[in-house]
Amino acid sequence: MLLQEMAHARSGDKGDISDISVIAYNAMNYPLMLELVTAERVQQHFAGFVVGDVRRYELPQLHALKFVLDGALDGGVTRSLNLDIHGKCLSSLLLGMELGDVREPSGFREFE
Amino acid sequence: MYTLDMATIHAPGNGQAALRIGSGAGFADDRIEPAVELVESGDIQYLVFECLAERSVALAELDRRRDPQRGYNPWLADRMTAVLPGCAQRGIRIITNMGAANPRAAGAVVTEVARARQLHGLRVAVVTGDDVLDRVLDRPDLPLLEGGGSVGSLGDSIVSAHAYLGCEGITDALGQGADVVITGRIADPSLYIAPLVHEFGWDTGDWNLMAKGACVGHLLECGAQVTGGYFADPGYKDVPGLADLGFPMAEVQRDGTFTISKVEGSGGMVTGDTCTEQLLYEVHDPSAYTSADVVADFSTVRFAEIGQDTVLVRGARGQRRPDNLKVSVGYRDGFTGEGQISYAGPNALARAELAREVLRERLEKRGIASDSTRYELIGVDSVTRGLSTGESGAMNEVRVRVVGRTESIDQARGIAHEVSAMWLNGPAGGGGVACSVTERIAIASVLLPRSEVTATVTISEV
Repeated sequence: MLLQEMAHARSGDKGDISDISVIAYNAMNYPLMLELVTAERVQQHFAGFVVGDVRRYELPQLHALKFVLDGALDGGVTRSLNLDIHGKCLSSLLLGMELGDVREPSGFREFE
Repeated sequence: MYTLDMATIHAPGNGQAALRIGSGAGFADDRIEPAVELVESGDIQYLVFECLAERSVALAELDRRRDPQRGYNPWLADRMTAVLPGCAQRGIRIITNMGAANPRAAGAVVTEVARARQLHGLRVAVVTGDDVLDRVLDRPDLPLLEGGGSVGSLGDSIVSAHAYLGCEGITDALGQGADVVITGRIADPSLYIAPLVHEFGWDTGDWNLMAKGACVGHLLECGAQVTGGYFADPGYKDVPGLADLGFPMAEVQRDGTFTISKVEGSGGMVTGDTCTEQLLYEVHDPSAYTSADVVADFSTVRFAEIGQDTVLVRGARGQRRPDNLKVSVGYRDGFTGEGQISYAGPNALARAELAREVLRERLEKRGIASDSTRYELIGVDSVTRGLSTGESGAMNEVRVRVVGRTESIDQARGIAHEVSAMWLNGPAGGGGVACSVTERIAIASVLLPRSEVTATVTISEV
């Protein structure tokens, strides 16, 4: 199952740092997301273009995770040659993370 | 999932007069019609236009050097023409950072628009003091916040230095009866904190209140990003009426509790999910979101959907504001040359790959290419920076992109030139060539003590 089935995301940028919010559609899936979408796995997912550390912040009341990716933007908006200089597409790329054979609690995508 | 907790909710409008603030723009080139909609149907008292990204002021400063009457947001006259008569009629006050690198010239534009509409008596305030270039140049030892080095190491490439001011300049202007307040660089949330401080008499040292104001500002400062813009993902997150997307407004109580909503009947939606995406947007540590007026803790913020497109927001807390102000230093950083060309139909990918190899060989032979020059195929591996992430298969169209940083403008022109030459000198069927050569303006950050930066207000009456 892809992360896309469980969560939505938005990314932003400040300098060379990308920040990506990942929000579970259903609060019930937050514990699963907490377990499966770790800073290490996010770093592996972006191996090849995130050179720095990845930190994760937890927001249980919003069933959301915030990932902060150092050195993710090839120098950032003012220096990088990237087509997507802000790293805006990183949020969608992250939703392509394969979570494996997940035994979901139930109620996937049944958000209101 | 965002449920209503009846016991702890302060219903809006429970006796104390609330303040209604609309977001008229979330970036420099934002749409204008939704701002007019807020003026006409939002029942707002303030309309705020946030229009400066990280690099905008440095680029505007270059405009100002070319023409001393420019250097402000290019949509200023259009926006003012669209909203000023309606705002004047309803007593809606306008706050904006569209002054960019030239708030005085921007103020003159607003005055001119008001005069042409015969809005006599309108008071236009200009807030200056953010331009700290002299102070920064006087201190070559000032360390750069990222990547090491100091102001001195940037040599004579520096073109601008602007401090992120807090809310003081705007509150002064409002205290002097300004109907329109034009600023340059100012911390984004402060544009929204200022009217709350002015109207409610908030103590700017009450960090919890200031954090609630920063939360209002953060949720509104990107315009439609909280009303369903930048949100739709068909089949996953459907947004009704995206073409007629409304801009957001907040109704703020004296105690800092507030709701986010939009004009009834406008497109888009305001939900716990749209608010969550925006609350966390460009926030690193959610418990310490730092701006000029406060260090806000958003980690305890809660949302409750209390009506159609109406979300109640509570729980922001704050800590003492930083002693230093952040300063963005703009500097010249070489040039970029770029070119693109498309290939389509059967064998498109093979022809695009051939074009890419030919361009690589030609630029290397001319000594223009560097290690950082990119040769990408849009539709295959451009956003992923050369890492192909899936099977490209039979592509019906592919676009080659070559881009490189260069020391000289001639080298940058060389990159563009070689891509353009693919018209006659590359594989079959290339089309849609687009090339550009740009001077790069980069940004570094330094800190200046708050005491060295003073906002000044100048008021003129139409």
